[in-house]
Amino acid sequence: MQKDLTILVVERDQAKAHEIIDALKDGGWNDVTVISAPAALERAVKDQDPDIILIDLANPDRDTLEHLGLVANARNRPVAMFVDQTDEMMTQAAISAGLSAYVVNGLQKDRIKPVLETAIARFHMIAKMQSELDAAKQALSDRKMIDRAKGLLIRARNISEDEAYNLLRKTAMDQGRKVIDVATALVTAAELLQ
Amino acid sequence: MKATQVRCGYLPLVDCAPLIIAKELKFAEQEGLDLTLVKQPSWSALRDMLAFGQIDFAHMLSPMPVAMSLGLGGMTSAIDVLMVLSVNGTIVGVSDDLDRRMQETGWTNTFSNPVETAEAIFAASTGKIRIGVPFVFSMHRMLLETWLSKAVAGAEDRIEIVTVPPPKMADAVSSGALDMFCVGEPWGSVAVQQSGATLVLPGSKIWQFSPEKVLGVGHNWAAEHPKLCQAMIRAIYKAAFWLDQPENSPLAVEILARSQHLDLPDHAIDPALSGQFVTKLGHTPEQVARFMAFHSGAATFPWRSQASWIADVLSRWHGLDPALSRQTARACFRSDIYRAALTPIGADMPGASEKVEGAMEVPTAVASTLGEMILGPDRFFNGAVFDFGAPPPPK
Repeated sequence: MQKDLTILVVERDQAKAHEIIDALKDGGWNDVTVISAPAALERAVKDQDPDIILIDLANPDRDTLEHLGLVANARNRPVAMFVDQTDEMMTQAAISAGLSAYVVNGLQKDRIKPVLETAIARFHMIAKMQSELDAAKQALSDRKMIDRAKGLLIRARNISEDEAYNLLRKTAMDQGRKVIDVATALVTAAELLQ
Repeated sequence: MKATQVRCGYLPLVDCAPLIIAKELKFAEQEGLDLTLVKQPSWSALRDMLAFGQIDFAHMLSPMPVAMSLGLGGMTSAIDVLMVLSVNGTIVGVSDDLDRRMQETGWTNTFSNPVETAEAIFAASTGKIRIGVPFVFSMHRMLLETWLSKAVAGAEDRIEIVTVPPPKMADAVSSGALDMFCVGEPWGSVAVQQSGATLVLPGSKIWQFSPEKVLGVGHNWAAEHPKLCQAMIRAIYKAAFWLDQPENSPLAVEILARSQHLDLPDHAIDPALSGQFVTKLGHTPEQVARFMAFHSGAATFPWRSQASWIADVLSRWHGLDPALSRQTARACFRSDIYRAALTPIGADMPGASEKVEGAMEVPTAVASTLGEMILGPDRFFNGAVFDFGAPPPPK
């Protein structure tokens, strides 16, 4: 199987970039370059002559990349992978993973497909890890805020910790709001009054 | 009646105001629409989302639906234009360095003279001039090329137009990566504030009435959901009318700044709506008439002649058959749906769906259903006239 493809990954987040490189190298593709700065994009496309460019669907530099693909005298024309919509499943999978791919030299589909499958799988994994991390961080910061609100109530009303929490919860239920929102409002108000 | 959920993609620019007003002032709700606005990170992403049905409507650069319908730029998809969301609103600026060199040639910035400004730009430069635009299929690029190539002979060979995401335009100008840019607000004013750029020309001085953003929709989706399309047109028409009343301008700025959709401060939104521009740091603001229009002069009407004008430029760029391109483009601009949506609510409709572009030097009364319609001015800076009936230039 031929695996001598040149792959360019555009990704600002270093950790994420390493993840993608590792996945591609595990898959047998060794000629993988990552660029992080958008300014380097035009030069990288010219100098390295990649076969495939992988870029986050949400990356604003995609517009720059598309322009490179359309200027008349460009030797290399990156073309969005979606051009070939014959493989609807693959396109949908890429979109749901948040990945867009550009094929530069009119590469054959059977050679693109394994690269994309590998990248899609890794993009999914990264997204899952990221959302878990975000959820954990959010939970921790919510808890800190609720603890501060409880502390304020305990001091102001001379009640126990359990009573303070019950008071927050009851207020939240009465007002149809979340406990964290009531706690945040209380802490903000207390800071303003200090 | 329960409101129907619809999703509309947009990019956070001041000219998406009609969408935000339609939602926030509940014009959409009155039409039975539960409108969700979905922010997009790039025009490419917005286009993909629309083509794959992740969004129902989209705030698009006016050439995008035509390019997509013609199969240009990677994503072939039949996309229709239901209405124009904003007329004009682009702005051209130069780097601090180019401004200085232009002044050395004896040029002074009046913020209104396309020919003298173009001459100064080329007189002040020896190498290729790098100009940033927001997207390859944009009115910005079309206006720039029209202006520079008609103002100075041989200009095409002396410019290089590149795409730079608008939020990065200021950095690209200060780092020397760009000599010039053409962008929508707030990013022109931001470049003045952040990188000492000088605004030299509003886009309206190149073409006084250019369709800037349009409401795009999938052709097949529109055929399956005629009622939703018409409801959306009515909601935005009312929002555009509201926005164009000068007395509503301060409140509009407040609403746009407070809504979570734009994430921009008041002072970044104000110039585009008030037409008051600080062209260089420390200078007093210049007033620009018709910098951007939402309603007046039938601004929301999807003129098929404008679709043809766009098609001619795309044909030239990509070597397409001009007559076929015009045919496709005209079919994209759905003045038929627009009329069906707005005639029942008594909106004044123009008698024709095409007009000779560039023919009106002053506001001109035209035939319309209520007989109250005033169009124009719509001149091109060089007096060119685009007659939709004349055969397109040969390939």
